[in-house]
Amino acid sequence: MKADEVKVCVLRMEGTNCEQETFDAFRRLGADPEFVHLKQLEGRDTLAGENRSLDDYQILMFPGGFSAGDYVRAGAIFAARMKASSGRDLARFIDEGKAVGGFCNGFQIMVELGILPAFDSAMSEHPEAVLHANDSGRFECRPTLLKHVNRGKCAWTGKLEENEIRLIPSAHAEGKFMLPAERERGLYERLFDEDRIVFRYSDPSGDVEAPYPYNPNGSKFNIAGITNDGGNVFGLMPHPERVFFRNTHPDWYRRRVGPEEGDGRKIFESVLEYVMKRF
Amino acid sequence: MFTVEVKVGLKKGVSDPEGANTLKSLELLGYDEVKSVKSLKVYRMEIDAPSREEASERVEEMCRRILTNPVIHTHEIVFL
Repeated sequence: MKADEVKVCVLRMEGTNCEQETFDAFRRLGADPEFVHLKQLEGRDTLAGENRSLDDYQILMFPGGFSAGDYVRAGAIFAARMKASSGRDLARFIDEGKAVGGFCNGFQIMVELGILPAFDSAMSEHPEAVLHANDSGRFECRPTLLKHVNRGKCAWTGKLEENEIRLIPSAHAEGKFMLPAERERGLYERLFDEDRIVFRYSDPSGDVEAPYPYNPNGSKFNIAGITNDGGNVFGLMPHPERVFFRNTHPDWYRRRVGPEEGDGRKIFESVLEYVMKRF
Repeated sequence: MFTVEVKVGLKKGVSDPEGANTLKSLELLGYDEVKSVKSLKVYRMEIDAPSREEASERVEEMCRRILTNPVIHTHEIVFL
């Protein structure tokens, strides 16, 4: 499959606000992204010809933002509506090896949907994890350093070296990744053993046990992003779409040096390459 | 018609930054007698159901599908 044949569904609803950067990232790499409102998958309040099916896409993106105003719980309303209308289609999409990604609120939606961590099937009936309120009690909005710790499972980071550190900005109030306390020891072991941890918050030396402020939310083991068992579903709290170009890095003006490529670009290149090879 | 309150709280051991910050603020205002604060979310609903049991079942289903995340939340259903 060629890049311009890869169709990307950038799914939005009331309150998502990172869809433009997400769309632009794929467009700049030559793929064929499309904004799709959740109503177009639900078939609700749409005009003739506006409805869409997940079957028509190879990549599904849950953009960041504040979907449904973050009411009830971040991502909960988007997830409940999606699960009710398109849950089976989404599980099939994942089982077919197609790529699903979500950043920030997108990751929160994916966890609420049960497609991450998804320990035993493409989509669990109920959430198996949560992105809980930051320990600081505040909205943390600033650059964060991420260490790529994945050993090769994640299709979204195939072009990144293991242990390299990337600057990806964070902007969230609920990013503390948590598993059920009564089973957490075994489940964390599974995440590590099965190569499901993709990024961990780090300090400049690469210490992935560095506390706040390097870890902005208090996630155990500094977990910032994870993947599913197939490696095709990826969720991350920070925002790679905001650093597609070097000139949107916070230190660009001071340094005025370095390659044009931003630290987030390789993530989009990786998943596009995965899809082009597989389909 | 039944009026129901669903009280969603955090499981024991789950961090509660809102509660902790509220406690600190109350201490700063001089309310030294406050020894702990826990945040809760309460939804009050009016439900048209043929019986209290059926209303209760529907609300339990709502809790499973959207109102709670079982990883961190407890919930209590109170008929007013």
